[in-house]
Amino acid sequence: MGNEILLELKNIRKYFPVEEGMFRRTVGTVKAVDDVSLFVRRGETLGLVGESGCGKTTLGKIIVRLHKPTQGQLNYRLDDGGFKDLLSLDKQESFHAHRRIQMVFQDPYSSLNPVKTILSAFDEPMRVHGMASAKERKQRTADLLEAVNLRSEYMYRYPHEFSGGQLQRISIARALCIKPDLVVCDEPVSALDVSIQAQVLNLMKELQRRMNLTYVFIAHDLSVVEYMSNRIAVMYLGKIVELAGSGDLYSRYRHPYTRALLSAVPIPEIGAKKSRVVLEGDVPSPINPPEGCRFHTRCSFSQARCAQEEPPLRPYAEHEDHWVACHFAETLHQADDWVIQQP
Amino acid sequence: MSENKDILLSIRNLKTHFHVRKRVIRAVDGVSLDVRAGKTLGLVGESGCGKSITAHTILRLLPKTARIKDGEIIFHSRKRQPVDLLKLQPSGKEMRGIRGNDISMIFQDPMSSLNPVYRIGDQIVESILEHENTTRAEAMERALEMLKRLSIPSAEKRIREYPHQFSGGMKQRVMIAMGLICNPELLIADEPTTALDVTIQAQILELMQELQRQLGFTIILITHNMGIVADVADDVAVMYMGKIMEFGSKEDVFLRPSHPYTRALLKSVPVLGNSGRDLLEPIRGSTPDPSDLPEGCSFAPRCDFAKPECGQAIPYVDVGNGHLVRCVLAEGREVRDGQ
Amino acid sequence: MEAKAQKIVKSSRMRNVASKLVSNKAALLGLAIIVIIILLCALAPLMTPYNPTKPDFSAQVQPPGGAHPFGTDKLGRDILARVLYGGRVSILIGLSGAVGGMLLGVIIGSLCGYFRGWLDAVFVKVAELVSIFPQILLVLVLVTILQQSMYNLIMIFIATGWVATFRMVRGRFFSLREESFVEACRVFGLGDLSIAFRHILPNCLGPVIVQLTLNTAGFILQEAALSFIGLGVPSGTPTWGNIMNAAKEIVSINQYPWVWLAPGLAIALFVLGVNFFGDGLRDALDPKQI
Repeated sequence: MGNEILLELKNIRKYFPVEEGMFRRTVGTVKAVDDVSLFVRRGETLGLVGESGCGKTTLGKIIVRLHKPTQGQLNYRLDDGGFKDLLSLDKQESFHAHRRIQMVFQDPYSSLNPVKTILSAFDEPMRVHGMASAKERKQRTADLLEAVNLRSEYMYRYPHEFSGGQLQRISIARALCIKPDLVVCDEPVSALDVSIQAQVLNLMKELQRRMNLTYVFIAHDLSVVEYMSNRIAVMYLGKIVELAGSGDLYSRYRHPYTRALLSAVPIPEIGAKKSRVVLEGDVPSPINPPEGCRFHTRCSFSQARCAQEEPPLRPYAEHEDHWVACHFAETLHQADDWVIQQP
Repeated sequence: MSENKDILLSIRNLKTHFHVRKRVIRAVDGVSLDVRAGKTLGLVGESGCGKSITAHTILRLLPKTARIKDGEIIFHSRKRQPVDLLKLQPSGKEMRGIRGNDISMIFQDPMSSLNPVYRIGDQIVESILEHENTTRAEAMERALEMLKRLSIPSAEKRIREYPHQFSGGMKQRVMIAMGLICNPELLIADEPTTALDVTIQAQILELMQELQRQLGFTIILITHNMGIVADVADDVAVMYMGKIMEFGSKEDVFLRPSHPYTRALLKSVPVLGNSGRDLLEPIRGSTPDPSDLPEGCSFAPRCDFAKPECGQAIPYVDVGNGHLVRCVLAEGREVRDGQ
Repeated sequence: MEAKAQKIVKSSRMRNVASKLVSNKAALLGLAIIVIIILLCALAPLMTPYNPTKPDFSAQVQPPGGAHPFGTDKLGRDILARVLYGGRVSILIGLSGAVGGMLLGVIIGSLCGYFRGWLDAVFVKVAELVSIFPQILLVLVLVTILQQSMYNLIMIFIATGWVATFRMVRGRFFSLREESFVEACRVFGLGDLSIAFRHILPNCLGPVIVQLTLNTAGFILQEAALSFIGLGVPSGTPTWGNIMNAAKEIVSINQYPWVWLAPGLAIALFVLGVNFFGDGLRDALDPKQI
């Protein structure tokens, strides 16, 4: 894995208007993603983790341009080494850029068109992106199905003939049919049974190695994200609160929300008694997020400053790849009750 | 599995089958379990393993296509003589007296378990008024107390609100309040936190444990998450294709897993803090067609230790202290406990 | 090469639909009824030597039998000939009205359901207007302006018949456009029209086909009703409705039942066949049904 940056998000904002009544009067805005900047290195897996409504799926859909951000830049490394903002491309360039970034969706049952065979689901994207003859496209479909451990004859079947795990493997193969560089995976295993999840996760790791893929891996399950990712961004109410290498995040978390999230994950092992940090209350509404630090309403370390001043996402001293958005990141972890005892 | 005073519910050889278009689906196929009073039993398994059907059979809430083929479910209530729940009429007076009163259930989806057109308070008191001879005002008083106990902020106001005004976590608290309002001896929680976020899940699990300490009820916690079981259960039953594969105390099952399925399940989930250092070991293949299960052990086609004997009847042996394993590998390791 | 690969995929789907259809007895029966009636009507000159419009005063109101298997009407016209020739017009009106309405409904419904916005708002209001406007009034207005004709009747059926299909297609689009497979198409960079008509629309075809058959049957019945009260096809042209129109007086109802029984049975039989076939087709088009 090199250090080359493949994709860079700059100050991405996505506000959805909240409309009401007959005349669709705008009564407020949901700040689904609010000023997010991050980068993805070629060949790595960047994990995006957070609870429902934190904006991780919206961010993923912005990267694949299913949503147009209200503001911000989506800079992508071109073959000549330069960057280009994917949001300011003309129609032709924009179409070609779709080949580079693909997506795997959460629900395997709705990811494939029920009235089309697997072959035709693979065939069309390859055809519109000008790849190969019909014979070669068919060969590639067969190869991809075999790459995800399915028989190539399955290409003549319809989606309803497969199980959830098989469908998710087919969806992954389909996303790869036009040879993308970057794949955004939105909760790819959360709809699957536990015994099937591991199959899919390992397969994704293997494909990444073989095809030199870059992943943005979105999930709510911190243990799955940790297993898959090199770096993890923790999101809360549309903002990134902490971004660190996955080992660092686990052992040297600096944000109180990360700490609560880590301690809330049930661990299938028994041993030392684990102290659980239980957060008070619910996630506030993203329509009117709290002033200052968005987490201050549920944070047990909250100070007066937290309610007024919004903490920026800044590098944390020890490590260049560790970023945190907390005023007190340097001092908090010295508090007596900071450490979560893990088994 | 001897007769014991502190057993609240004892299930023996329970078989619940479904008849769908001439095919027989053996959803629950010979389940035997003891639920200890005041403890939490974690019933784990993947979707379709029969864990929810087992719970619905206990409450006799089964659809018309279901047939209870065999077995008994003896309920050793403090309030009444031991009774076999399978001998009662599903909608008879006695069963209705038990259901919602002595045994209650909370479901996975708090969103659809509450009726959107009634106030929260009215929905909670309904089961008190059904089971007890009390006035509405008194029942409301108790409902309010219960909501406060579940740390619902400004409960006096919220008791008069409608379900859509509650968040997912708050709705699940209301569901728990409804489950506990009649002071049941057994609470069956079917994936109570699956629809919730992890931090909310932590709140709910903490709350259930706290209330159990205060009120002393027994919990059957149905889940697919081994982490939750390790966290809150006292005993664990691992279910696969309608059968209990392994049953024992949490320590036995997690520290000395003896069934290949349990071991495979534990190895196939990522554990936080392992940071992807070692690859997961997935269970190969997928779950078999429930209407066409293999003879003998239904896990054998996916098992790394399968032997020819796995195609025959599988013994259910005690490998120590009531740690039961349904596997040919466990044979010969059983303890003779004088029986 | 490319076309060939496409054809293999498509033909396997068509074969699949056909084999499911063949195994459905009611659908086969329906299809047989439709085909037989259409064939008989199309080959009317071979089936009967009589002219359906030429009166024969030597053979008035003859009961069925002999030279006139279905009997004759008050002007001595052969009922069988009239039912066969009339069927041509009735079926043509029913089918073209329904097909026209379907095409209109599918196109507008797809566009509105996919793009939403002002286009959708406009057509929802138009559809509401059409469905609350009494059809008989529309017929009267058009007859006044354009005079009675078969084509005007078809136009009226198209103008009123698209609404049901439109609502259905639009509704299906609303839910389908949120499905992941549609988002996947967009991530692949496919065009909006291609996504709407080639990816989403095939998922709505089952109910559309059923609506088509219901409309065909309904329009044949409506034509009969309108012609019966004299507002449909001009009475010179035989249609199933016009034939029954001739049996309006109580004396025909009581004493010459063959005059109205034959066209009535023809309508009932054809409508039944269309409905049977439509049901079977819906099941066959659903890939989830085995």
